[in-house]
Amino acid sequence: MLYQQIQSNKRRTIVLLFVFFILVALVGAAVGYLLLNSLETGVVAAIVIGAIYTIIMVSNSTNVVMAMNHGHEIKNADQAPELWHTVEDMAMVAQVPMPRVFIIDDDSPNAFATGNNPEHSAVAATTGLLKIMNRSELEGVIAHEMSHVRNYDIRISTIALALAAAITLLTNIGGNWWFWGSGDRRRNDDRNGGGGLQILLLVFSILMMVLAPLAAAAIQMAISRNREYLADAGSAELTRNPQGLISALRKLGNAQPMKDVDSSSAALYISNPLKNKERLFDTHPPIEERIDRLEKM
Amino acid sequence: MTILIIIAIVVIIAVAWVSIYNSLVKTRMQTKESWSQIDVQLKRRNDLIPNLVETVKGYAKHESGTLEEVTKLRQEVERAATPADKMVASNQLTGVLSGFFARAEAYPDLKANTNFTKLQEELTNTENKIAYSRQLFNSTTALYNTKLQQFPSNIVAGIHHFEPSEFLQVPEAEKEVPTVKF
Repeated sequence: MLYQQIQSNKRRTIVLLFVFFILVALVGAAVGYLLLNSLETGVVAAIVIGAIYTIIMVSNSTNVVMAMNHGHEIKNADQAPELWHTVEDMAMVAQVPMPRVFIIDDDSPNAFATGNNPEHSAVAATTGLLKIMNRSELEGVIAHEMSHVRNYDIRISTIALALAAAITLLTNIGGNWWFWGSGDRRRNDDRNGGGGLQILLLVFSILMMVLAPLAAAAIQMAISRNREYLADAGSAELTRNPQGLISALRKLGNAQPMKDVDSSSAALYISNPLKNKERLFDTHPPIEERIDRLEKM
Repeated sequence: MTILIIIAIVVIIAVAWVSIYNSLVKTRMQTKESWSQIDVQLKRRNDLIPNLVETVKGYAKHESGTLEEVTKLRQEVERAATPADKMVASNQLTGVLSGFFARAEAYPDLKANTNFTKLQEELTNTENKIAYSRQLFNSTTALYNTKLQQFPSNIVAGIHHFEPSEFLQVPEAEKEVPTVKF
């Protein structure tokens, strides 16, 4: 079961990379067409930039993600004994090496894990989490994060985060340039003739720029929703105490949204830090549903 | 041709034999490693207890009986010869300690002592690690014992005399919440 989950995660990582590169290429084509009147330049530039960006991002993912979320690392048990010791315990039962430990200064309780593989992983918890959770609730939360580490969920979600951020960046740049530079483009119109095709391409370009961020969000959701249930089950397996996680989830469900959260990282957290109401674009399954499944175990 | 087939079969069996043998050795090693995890934590707790006794002595006069019991059980854990005996003494010690920490809530001076709060976190941490390493020990033991019984690894295990590893029982008393009296 665990082995299959790991295999499926590794397979999905490759599919995800592939799909994202197609998206990046399409966005590149749209931006290239609008800015430079050249589909090919746009595609090639987007793929090259995308690849360089992905390599940099993935090789240094923990630091980048932690910086995006304002996490600061703690190096020994004295700085936050309860958190450190709980992470140590959970790493031991999950049989993974001790991850790096980070704390985020935010009163809203939340936590996430990131990294490329169990050997290079990191766990972050907010100060709010440490404040309101008792030991067994904290264990439930950290065990949930540790099962993300063990399942290789961290790899796929970190890559998805990097790629989604890249698409957002590309479309933002494209959007700004198009808005300010549209005069130039219109002047060059007569050069390529064929009005009908022109309009079609223009509509397509605008559609792409609108849809790409939505697609990026959709992919992030697809990878994160189901694995939350799996990580909840994994947490119960590690702690042998589903009650701890259940009461932690209740507290997380009632909490305020986080003050200053990077929205592309939202899918990493154990409970949605943005607390938005829309169901369709929710990165997390509803808390009640998660509690329900835990209670049935 | 027949000779080639026979050689091929022999080679396949030899390779399978070696890989099964190695995986048995590996899982047996894991059970030993997880036992040593428990042992490390038991030693750690034994090292912390004299500090606790020293710290508490001055504050909680009514706890002298508890402290004596803790010291006595600590020695029992140290002296126990077999893993089973060790765990029996350790479980009693866990019970006494958790009862004591529950009662410690009633001593405000003690709770204000930073040395004590630090020791309390250290001991809680050690107790948790004992519980979790015991859980780990039981799951590695389950894996190993299953291999000893499964076909075809049971044949290899039988011939090379791999002995099953024994589970550690979780004591019933430990599952109960300690009663707090004021």
